[in-house]
Amino acid sequence: MSNDGVDRNRRRLLTITTGLGAVGVVGAAVPFVMSMEPSARARAAGAPVEVPIGKIEPGQMITVQWRGKPVWVLRRTKKMLDEIKKDESLLVDPFSKVKTQQPPYVGPETRSIKPEYLVLVGICTHLGCSPKPKLQIGAASGMGPNWPGGFFCPCHGSKFDLSGRVFKNVPAPTNLVVPPYKYLSDTRIIIGVDEKKGAA
Amino acid sequence: MQKLISWIDDRFPLIETWEYHLSKYYAPKNFNVWYYFGSLAVVVLVIQIVTGIFLTMHYKPDTHLAFASVEYIMRDVDYGRDVDYGWLIRYMHSTGASFFFITVYLHMFRGLMYGSYRGPRELLWIIGVVIFIALMAEAFMGYLLPWGNMSYWGAQVIISLFDAIPYVGHGLSEWIRGDFVVSDATLNRFFAFHVIAVPLVLIVLVFLHLVALHAVGSNNPDGIEIKKNKGEDGIPLDGIPFHPYYTVGKDLFGVVVFLMIYSAVVFLGPELGGIFLEHDNFVPANILQTPPEIKPLWYFTPFYSILRATTSDLKPILGAFFGVVGAISAYYSRGKILRVGVIGAIVAVLILGLYVLEAKVWGVILMGSSLVVLFFLPWLDQSPVKSVRYRGWIYKLALTVFVIAFIILGYLGMKTPAGVDLIWFQNKTWAQVFTIIYFSFFFLMPFYTRWDKTKPVPERVTK
Repeated sequence: MSNDGVDRNRRRLLTITTGLGAVGVVGAAVPFVMSMEPSARARAAGAPVEVPIGKIEPGQMITVQWRGKPVWVLRRTKKMLDEIKKDESLLVDPFSKVKTQQPPYVGPETRSIKPEYLVLVGICTHLGCSPKPKLQIGAASGMGPNWPGGFFCPCHGSKFDLSGRVFKNVPAPTNLVVPPYKYLSDTRIIIGVDEKKGAA
Repeated sequence: MQKLISWIDDRFPLIETWEYHLSKYYAPKNFNVWYYFGSLAVVVLVIQIVTGIFLTMHYKPDTHLAFASVEYIMRDVDYGRDVDYGWLIRYMHSTGASFFFITVYLHMFRGLMYGSYRGPRELLWIIGVVIFIALMAEAFMGYLLPWGNMSYWGAQVIISLFDAIPYVGHGLSEWIRGDFVVSDATLNRFFAFHVIAVPLVLIVLVFLHLVALHAVGSNNPDGIEIKKNKGEDGIPLDGIPFHPYYTVGKDLFGVVVFLMIYSAVVFLGPELGGIFLEHDNFVPANILQTPPEIKPLWYFTPFYSILRATTSDLKPILGAFFGVVGAISAYYSRGKILRVGVIGAIVAVLILGLYVLEAKVWGVILMGSSLVVLFFLPWLDQSPVKSVRYRGWIYKLALTVFVIAFIILGYLGMKTPAGVDLIWFQNKTWAQVFTIIYFSFFFLMPFYTRWDKTKPVPERVTK
């Protein structure tokens, strides 16, 4: 193709105005995209929650809500705590090496501040279902005779032990999340607040 | 009347459009029963839009009101009527969604049988696949609206798929939900998308699909281009005008039969025993409790099975699969060093990816690929003929096995992943087997379609 008769100045002007137009369109899209971010109200709803734990019986679990998610507080029995030491070889991350899954101040195996009380976000790390507690050890949970006790996600079959640590060869890649929390007294905890940093 | 038409025609190409798309659109004379489903899909689209409009008149997109507003629409006259015929409109809509997928799946299968995706219809096929994906988005977002417990957790799971994307996933899924969890913000925006944004896109796409079809002409069960054999008047010898032969002569009949089946389901069993509408969805959403078994609606279960089957024990098998496809591709690259190098590099990247990325990400990748691969079908098929009628036994076998695999994956997706022992293996193991078969159909297609012995294609269409 020849360029005869092409007014180069006009062509340049056309290119520049088109380019500027494109920038304008992108700029105009920004408020629309940003409007879909979580609103101030949604962010405010993520405030810390206080949980009384004094009345939980050994072996019993309660569920509270934090940031719209279920948070479990399980008071483990001596037998349960013995059991979690045994299943190491079946687990993906028995010593909590994946740092994003718990605050640094919880034990690597018990994944709690006080071993007795386990606090977990009850959301499967695979695709966000809430797993079912299958706390009883052995066949009583309907999980087969070798079941060490723990949690089972019915959506995609992921299994976690009584510390919320994930078993091998299930879809979930990492251990269940331990939320930031601290003890206000022996019978009260607050979820969503760190020992040091304040509200997370 | 004549005066009115010519008045319009001076201002709008009315007669021209009518002739181009209907009375002078020459379609092959040998259409069979498989050619009903395109027009039936359009019928369902109209049903969905009309019933949808009337449902929005009573529905409330608010987490506190949504479940109750659907109940209010549904309440029957005998028990104190709230919305006259609300139950009928709601069931027409929810059952209509299932019929939409039935017609679309059969329509797509017709394409696979007769090679309707092959040149010059590649673009027509691609627009069709985009319609299919838009339809999945539409159905998914509509499913959340009743705010039942199954739809809540279903949405939770599907949006969490985006979480799996490295680096940006977390922020992306929060942006999609508009909150840390599926919430009022999510429900409200899904309502907006479901009733206006996606339907608009769907209508435009369906229009483009038809324009593309009428530009290249319809394929037929013989896979012959009828435009190659034209009479002296320029009309294809094997073509008949779409109107009235296929409008009144065929499609209207199909619509009547379709409406009979559709009405039977709507009136006699709109939930189809929990397949078309799940029982757990008649319980309001509970943020703290997942239903005991979570599964998507039947039309998503084949893809859901693929997602769920991808656990870390599938990785070595996937590695082997990449290796085999790579080796065959390299063998068929006719000794071109550059091509062998590229194939080797792709296989190496994929196998490296198996080490680097966790199984969850691979599950999302495979589920996405199971749809994206459809776009490439026109180029994966290397057979010299289009229609299955003139192909050899290999393609016939491959297509049969593919359909069986698709149905079995769908069946497995409705069942819990563990606990159910089917013949020999557990559900998950079977899902892994059929996932590999699903992908083999596509990725081995360039080779087996070349090996397959084809029969000569006749000049003119047969019966």
